[in-house]
Amino acid sequence: MRLGIFIGLALAVAIALATLASPFASSSPDGLNRVAMDQGFDEAGTLHPVQEDAPVPGYAFPGVGGDRGATAAAGLAGTVTVFLLAFGAAAVLRRRTPRAAPA
Amino acid sequence: MHIPDGYLSSEVCAVTNVGAAGILGYAAVRARDELDEARVPLVGATAAMVFALQMLNFHVAGGTSGHLLGAVLATVLLGPWLGMLVVSVVLGVQAFAFADGGVAVLGANTLNMAVVGSLVTAAVLDGTKALRARASGLLGVVAVAAWVSVIAAATATSIELAVSGTIPLATVLPAMLSVHALIGVGEAAISVAVVASVLAVRPDLVDGRRAAGVPA
Repeated sequence: MRLGIFIGLALAVAIALATLASPFASSSPDGLNRVAMDQGFDEAGTLHPVQEDAPVPGYAFPGVGGDRGATAAAGLAGTVTVFLLAFGAAAVLRRRTPRAAPA
Repeated sequence: MHIPDGYLSSEVCAVTNVGAAGILGYAAVRARDELDEARVPLVGATAAMVFALQMLNFHVAGGTSGHLLGAVLATVLLGPWLGMLVVSVVLGVQAFAFADGGVAVLGANTLNMAVVGSLVTAAVLDGTKALRARASGLLGVVAVAAWVSVIAAATATSIELAVSGTIPLATVLPAMLSVHALIGVGEAAISVAVVASVLAVRPDLVDGRRAAGVPA
């Protein structure tokens, strides 16, 4: 399989999982949240001031109707964002790598 | 396992932020040597997959869920240095864009979910070179590394909570380990499924296979 096709396919699978599957994921507290609730320190949790203005708080995209739609939109936005950020960072890191001159 | 702000003391936040920044800086230097042409887009695709899979909380027990951490997956595909950087990008976006995991505790979350998992995986891979020569052996190694990495992350989180004075270690460690022993099974199943899929179509892109000395 050509690399471009593989990458496109992987990104498509990730987007499908983040949009189509994520609205049906368990909404129960995760392991740490459960322990925090059971042991009574969950109320110590606060939002950092910069998070008050987080664009997609709690994986619900603002302005998208319905819980499942808002989660799916958040999944799409997040998956594309991390793809571009990581791809871009890797490209910059590679360009700055000193290479031996061709013989 | 994303710690929100408020769970850890400012001293623990300071130490873990400095520690995580130092390790990621070192990882960036080491990762430059591992970045060939094919890996640049693979870094993006791995980050996208880890983010998407982290959204899929699965039921474990008694009204509790777990989700993939992804350091094992990223490390088996990309090696430990690129692997921990990929998970760190995901954690940073989650904290700033999704308010998932705190900002002052980002260093702690990075150590727990990215650095510890990648280093555990590197150690497990390093100790199992002969086993990894076969694809089935590699998948078995991935499963073990996945489970151990979740246990290690839960242990690191417990220690940070205890040192912060939030809760005694004798209370938090058994509670964290018992629930994450189950979540680790999910981490293993998902990591194995993804690595097996990549092995089926592009085995040359799996670092854990390359590093075993198997010609692509």
